Amino acid sequence: MVKDPGLDETIKKLTPQQIEKTINQVLKGEGARMKAYLTTCVHCGLCSEACHTFLSRDRDPNFSPVGKVKNTLWEMVKRKGKVDAEFIKNAARIVYTECGVCRRCSMYCPFGIDIAYMLLVVRRMLNLLNVVPAYLQDTTNSHAATMNQMWVQQDEWIDTLQWQEEEAQMEMAKARIPLDKEGAEVMYSVIAPEPKILAQLLSYMSQIMTVAGVDWTMPATDGWDNSNMAMYSGDFETMARVERLHYDTALRLKVKKIVMGECGHAFRGGAYDGPKWLSWRFPPVPLIHAIEWYYELLTTGRIKIIKKFKEPVTVQDPCNTVRGKGLHHQLRYIMNEMCEDFRDVDPRFEHNYCCMAGGGTINCGPPWTKSRAVSNRVKAEQLKATGAKYVVTPCHNCHSGIEQIISFYKLGMHTKFIADILIESIEKPQHLLA
Amino acid sequence: MFEFVSGPLVWLAFIVFAGGCAYRLGWMFVTARKDRVVYPYMSLKYGLRSLLHWIVPFASVNMRKHPVMTVVTFLFHICLIATPVLLTAHVVMLREAIGLSWWTLPPLAADIMTIMVLIGGVFFIARRIRLPEVRNVTDYSDYLLIAVVLAPFATGFIAHHQFFAYKTMVILHIVTGVLWLIAIPFTRLAHMLYFVFTRMYMGSEFGFVRNARDW
Repeated sequence: MVKDPGLDETIKKLTPQQIEKTINQVLKGEGARMKAYLTTCVHCGLCSEACHTFLSRDRDPNFSPVGKVKNTLWEMVKRKGKVDAEFIKNAARIVYTECGVCRRCSMYCPFGIDIAYMLLVVRRMLNLLNVVPAYLQDTTNSHAATMNQMWVQQDEWIDTLQWQEEEAQMEMAKARIPLDKEGAEVMYSVIAPEPKILAQLLSYMSQIMTVAGVDWTMPATDGWDNSNMAMYSGDFETMARVERLHYDTALRLKVKKIVMGECGHAFRGGAYDGPKWLSWRFPPVPLIHAIEWYYELLTTGRIKIIKKFKEPVTVQDPCNTVRGKGLHHQLRYIMNEMCEDFRDVDPRFEHNYCCMAGGGTINCGPPWTKSRAVSNRVKAEQLKATGAKYVVTPCHNCHSGIEQIISFYKLGMHTKFIADILIESIEKPQHLLA
Repeated sequence: MFEFVSGPLVWLAFIVFAGGCAYRLGWMFVTARKDRVVYPYMSLKYGLRSLLHWIVPFASVNMRKHPVMTVVTFLFHICLIATPVLLTAHVVMLREAIGLSWWTLPPLAADIMTIMVLIGGVFFIARRIRLPEVRNVTDYSDYLLIAVVLAPFATGFIAHHQFFAYKTMVILHIVTGVLWLIAIPFTRLAHMLYFVFTRMYMGSEFGFVRNARDW
């Protein structure tokens, strides 16, 4: 088994009483849905077909969605919380590293049982027991301490934005990144990997906003990162602090809407899990994903494609923006607009396979990389069948995860964000360049 | 003995069945109020849209992936409910007891439908044994539930055709039928009650909140 101090060391501190109490306390808090799901499931196994880990591992029954529930939640319920530390460790391996909570299985269960929700409830228990993969816990700690997932300090943040503004100005003299501008039409928010390791994306957005003539801003204070790994570690208190600050920041800046970068789980946190925990039916400020934003800019003619991308390219439908928001048609529109040789995947749309990086799985870090790649052979086969050279992944987790799968299975492809292609394809008017 | 099982016992079974179902559903409606998402996100339109896709054969991707299972499941469930409700002998007894009656199945159709239920049950058992992903999540209770469901059909069929021990078979038929009825609200057979709501909730969350399809 993979070594991970977040599991191996933490289970040594557990007492049987603590395990029993925590499990029962969480179960007690879960009401009608959990009880109805546990009673309704007839153990038919029809959800198996949905799961990329089951399909990739030669139909190993322990990797089917219901198999994962059996090896975690069912046992906990059956034994009324009286499980040992080794059981807890194995449960953590299953729920954190073998399930991306992509919810594909809910579409295959005849009864519509939300299996991902059930595994998230197990994550909640494990979080309360402090048994969380070390890398994922570090990310959650970063959220709790700095309100972003990569320990970016406020001065570093502002410094990076100004640096990327200058980068943008090298290409387009009129480009700006307006900081903390009250009353702007759009607040643009990104996740911490952008300033930390993919800073060029900020410069791209600056140029795109400039071409489109958008009245936009980015916050100069904390509250700019709406990614949320606490949502996936089971630390819902920290998740809620991050989401609340994000919307508080948008309200302080009095913006009309929030546009967020190409990230799926951040979208999920902002659109669904965060509001749910905070007892908001829908977000207090409209939140749209980059796919919707680019679609809007293209269809209204605010940006124009003048040079299509020539290489064969395919696409990844991220769970949180496709199964989570139905943006697959808008994504296809963008792909066809900017690419000459777009090759679609099969299965696609809501039925696309999970990237096996989202749901916090990639944040479990390097110890689990190989296991994750083995668990997603079907993704490699699906991508290979398109014959494309590039994969557009409008989600940070999909982006990194699929790059790893490509390298593990030696597919000779590369991942790109929409912005990577868009910035090369759009018309940049002369008066902005000078 | 026969008078007791075909009279008071059956009435008791109907009362427990109806009361149990009302209790389980009432519990769900009340408890779901405490859930942050169930009522706020429940949508009649998207709920029914999803339900429709899952009660029409082959209307969902997963049903098309498992054609044999789909055909057997639909036939099994239709026959399971229609046969006892539309059986001549049952309707006659009901008319004598309370004066209500309705259209009944021709005897041959009732026989064929009963056999379908039995074949379906055997298919489900075979599937549980044969497919690793199903065997893995199967325990004795799954077989027991199938046995509870099949028993009244098997005994009813034998009694009707008077193959042997007619009187014993009739009594066994009524007793197993009673067990089946009262098991519905208190075991996983409750999927008969909950399926509609779990499906409609998932359909609502997908359609109303996520703008996506769930079939």
